[in-house]
Amino acid sequence: MERPIRVLMAKAGLDGHDRGVKVVARALRDAGMEVIYTGLHNTPEQVVKTALQEDVDVIGVSILSGAHLVIFRKITELMKQYGMDDVVLVGGGIIPDEDKPLLEQMGVKGLFGPGTSTQEIIEFITREVRRVPRR
Amino acid sequence: MTAKERWEQEILQPFLHKAPERKQRFITVSNEEIKRLYTPDDIQDLDYERDLGYPGLFPYTRGVYPTMYRGRLWTMRQFAGFGGPEETNRRFKYLLAEGQTGLSTAFDMPTLMGLDSDHPLADGEVGVEGVAVDTLRDFEILFDGIPLDQVTTSFTINPSAPVIYAMYIAIGDAQGVPREQLRGTIQNDMLKEFIAQKEWVIPPRPSVDLIVDIFEFGTKETPNFNLISISGYHIREAGSTAIQELAFTLADGMAYVEAALKRGLDIDVFAPQLSFFFNSHNSFFEEIAKFRAARRIWARVMRDRYGAKNPESWKLRFHTQTAGCSLTEQQPLNNIIRVTIQALAAVLGGTQSLHTNSYDEALALPSEEAVRIALRTQQIIAYESGVADTIDPLAGSYFVEALTNETERKALEYIEKIEQMGHGSILEGVFAGIENGFFQREIAQAAYEYQKQVESGEQVIVGVNKYVMPQDEQVNILRVDPEVQRRQIERLKRVRAERDNRAVERALERLEQAARKRENTMPYIVEAVKAYASVGEIMEVLKKVHGAYREPAMV
Repeated sequence: MERPIRVLMAKAGLDGHDRGVKVVARALRDAGMEVIYTGLHNTPEQVVKTALQEDVDVIGVSILSGAHLVIFRKITELMKQYGMDDVVLVGGGIIPDEDKPLLEQMGVKGLFGPGTSTQEIIEFITREVRRVPRR
Repeated sequence: MTAKERWEQEILQPFLHKAPERKQRFITVSNEEIKRLYTPDDIQDLDYERDLGYPGLFPYTRGVYPTMYRGRLWTMRQFAGFGGPEETNRRFKYLLAEGQTGLSTAFDMPTLMGLDSDHPLADGEVGVEGVAVDTLRDFEILFDGIPLDQVTTSFTINPSAPVIYAMYIAIGDAQGVPREQLRGTIQNDMLKEFIAQKEWVIPPRPSVDLIVDIFEFGTKETPNFNLISISGYHIREAGSTAIQELAFTLADGMAYVEAALKRGLDIDVFAPQLSFFFNSHNSFFEEIAKFRAARRIWARVMRDRYGAKNPESWKLRFHTQTAGCSLTEQQPLNNIIRVTIQALAAVLGGTQSLHTNSYDEALALPSEEAVRIALRTQQIIAYESGVADTIDPLAGSYFVEALTNETERKALEYIEKIEQMGHGSILEGVFAGIENGFFQREIAQAAYEYQKQVESGEQVIVGVNKYVMPQDEQVNILRVDPEVQRRQIERLKRVRAERDNRAVERALERLEQAARKRENTMPYIVEAVKAYASVGEIMEVLKKVHGAYREPAMV
């Protein structure tokens, strides 16, 4: 039997806005995924290490502080360092459109702003995880 | 058969048969069901003098001042702060020139969390969400050319509130303004941080002790300064319902009162310096009912439960901000209309000051143009709409009075539950609720329910799940120059090199001793600030004494 998709939901940086990350975590769980939530105020190192330890298929990072460029750069560099190219990285929060191409270039597969339906996120994750075979 | 029954049978039923209503259930954003019609039957028990009274008189349902906005309009207070103190000082001066009547400071995340700009966790966050402040040097720049005896300043600051408050006092001292003339507000509400906003340094109990230090110090030193702004805003933003916002906020307020009484402070000395801060969301009447119920509950609780005798202690005075979480990234100009409706609710609810959000805030920090429109929204309500010309104009409406009663009843049920968790003490009940995750669960549940209602279409958000447009309008957004972080770190280094480091060490040592002996820490924090100790250095001392807080992760 196919194992359920495992997702790490993380709050990175200093902001405490956890409404969105918690709503998405519950929706993913209700959709049959296994969800691990890091809690608040994690460093990029903590996020990537937890993802490795928990052997997740997806990392979802929520940032509403405006520090997304710095934090995603660190996370994507660490993921490369650890050879995690089979892990799907997605992000959510207040992220201006003009930053999206740069984040995608870094390796962020999907970005979900305010007003995104949880259904859209579930479908995106399911599709991406199927597309990237796990080693 | 009564007239109402006859109406139902002869008029309503045949009509509904031909033309059914738009939906089965009509609900507010907080999932409260609203009835088709409200009549005198719904407010049979309402006693005018007991439940409403006159403005400026117990229980203040109609307002805390006898003339309300006919005397003086609410304070138009736009929250501002970004980049370094130089940029924010310029924004402050711009807002004052545009007719704003009070300042309100937004700090960046590192300052809010009690970290210096050169802390590793601060990387990428310096000056981004608000202004960066490390030492008194930054405050000198921030308030350059702004006489503190002529403005009131509000500070949205919590764990590091004692440090920022001390810096404001130090600036006032340097300008030669007597401390009793300082006017403004520090948010200084840690309980709602643990419940909702999640900015903290030390654990809940010592955090509350520190707040009581400020009460004790501030009632003597700065008697015209609001020493706390007990906040429901962030509880609501985290996803709570209107009733949860009201109940948890008032419970927090009661908890602070109990903590101060335990210290031996006189309720009639500190209570007049308490203030509140609420959210104003989309469901217009629900918000108005919430504000009116808040005043009535607080007046009764302060007089009857805690025995306050000074009428100033009974008055719930509050600031309002329109709901940030109601702003949409899609079709951002629509947000101007949402903000207008929410601001109108705050005014009809009798707010003392108001921040109207800018339409671009679901995208980034507000641009100057967006901030100006937000301020103009308040000015149009104040000067053109006429709603400020009579006091509490919605009083006596069957619907508004019934909703006010209902909101009060449900909030009191929650407060009773919290009291039970604390075995008769609200303070202990709030601590218990934070530790066992009661508040966080209640809020997360409400947020999830709301999201499901949005996705099912039961809650309509124009531009998001109805009247969606493929191409969104482009708006110009404000960006903070990454150079700010470098400049801020540089200045911090320079201050550290130029200050008398022995004096700093001595001040920090004295602070540590005071904290360990449970002496009031405020005089020592003022001393450390004046020696140019940084926010991070001062908070580090408190962390050393009380330990650092980490929330258990729960979904």
